[in-house]
Amino acid sequence: MDFSQILPALPGLWQGMALTLQLLILAVLGGVALGTLIALGRLSHHRLLASAAKLYVNYFRSIPLLLVISWFYLVVPLVLQWLTGNPSPVGPFTSCLVAFVMFEAAYFAEIVRAGIQSIPKGQAGAAYAIGMSYGQVMRLVILPQAFRKMTPLLLQQSIILFQDTSLVYAVGLMDFLNTARSKGDIIGQPDQFLLLAGAVYFVSSFAASALVKRLQQRLAI
Amino acid sequence: MSAMIRINNVSKWYGEFQVLTECTTQVAKGEVVVVCGPSGSGKSTLIKCVNALEAFQKGEIIVDGTSVGDAKTDLPKLRSRVGMVFQHFELFPHLSITDNLAIAQVKVLGRSQDEATEKGLKLLNRVGLKAHAHKYPGQLSGGQQQRVAIARALSMDPIAMLFDEPTSALDPEMINEVLDVMTELAQEGMTMMCVTHEMGFARRVANRVIFMDRGQIIEDCGKEEFFGSPRSERAVQFLSKILQH
Repeated sequence: MDFSQILPALPGLWQGMALTLQLLILAVLGGVALGTLIALGRLSHHRLLASAAKLYVNYFRSIPLLLVISWFYLVVPLVLQWLTGNPSPVGPFTSCLVAFVMFEAAYFAEIVRAGIQSIPKGQAGAAYAIGMSYGQVMRLVILPQAFRKMTPLLLQQSIILFQDTSLVYAVGLMDFLNTARSKGDIIGQPDQFLLLAGAVYFVSSFAASALVKRLQQRLAI
Repeated sequence: MSAMIRINNVSKWYGEFQVLTECTTQVAKGEVVVVCGPSGSGKSTLIKCVNALEAFQKGEIIVDGTSVGDAKTDLPKLRSRVGMVFQHFELFPHLSITDNLAIAQVKVLGRSQDEATEKGLKLLNRVGLKAHAHKYPGQLSGGQQQRVAIARALSMDPIAMLFDEPTSALDPEMINEVLDVMTELAQEGMTMMCVTHEMGFARRVANRVIFMDRGQIIEDCGKEEFFGSPRSERAVQFLSKILQH
């Protein structure tokens, strides 16, 4: 097999990887933030809020990610147009980011919820007893402890998301995998590029998983 | 004497199950009241109602003129004025001892970080733990953690202190170091309501003893009377069991 064509394609491939990583990082940050709010909603004593949050989680966990990506590509511009009155093309990157944030938030929310529930009830009691508000109890006492405990799980979920970002090919976004495939198609030799892409995904995900395991052991002490 | 804590006809249910039945008592300013009784008698629940960590369905509790059960009451503000010490210490494990003592002073009372740290260190010194300021709760023994927890409550300059079985989770050799701090506090005139089985402490320090059973206040009298001639059969039984060892 001939790998000589790969070297000149490297700058393009790196651009694809940059897009993948950009999407990943923004989606994780947004997903964890939204997921935390949804988790707080699920744990709320407010029944309507709790049911709405539960419905959200169950809904997004029951539909395929590819569907959400295609759906948001079509729907987000329409919603914006409806809100602003003007045609608002948002481009595939933004629509994909919104799709990932909303989809992943459902999974992050369950991790965060478990993290919050793993903190002994007495901690919240002590924080309330010393005069803190609900927001302070969560922000200063419960969430810092919960996030410490659940960091390995959040990272593990992020590794899955790293692989799932490749689904953006559906709306024509040039991420790493899509770039690799198109480079291969242009020269009529897709196999070498797909093998390379597979190796890159495998090595980075495997290495990241190993790091997370080590982190988990350190946090467990 | 004016009542710092007034509990009037308080009843509480968990679903069908009644945990408190028409409890009435009061704690005067500077008074030390020990609440005792068999497990499940509702004594911890009662004390947690005082700072609204537990809700109650009937009756009223007035703390320094403020009604705890009133929906309009600013609960965080009320709680910031009433110190509470828990059975399992409940220090914040992700914060150093210094920060454990400072965080509520800064975030709730709005004191500056320096002022809060200084006050924290002063209190830490008072409970004999100044050398441990930089450590984390997990590095301290149970008795040390509970002394820090008392200092944390005191850092808010409370008008009264609630103790919920403060020595029940401690190894026997650590109980006295905590009771000594509590005794000192009582002698300085702190208003205290203590749920505890430490009858030696009650004899030494308490002004009054409340005995509870099955959610009711059975005895509420001076300590001489309680230890000398309790009126109820159940209190006699309880005392004979608890004083045997």
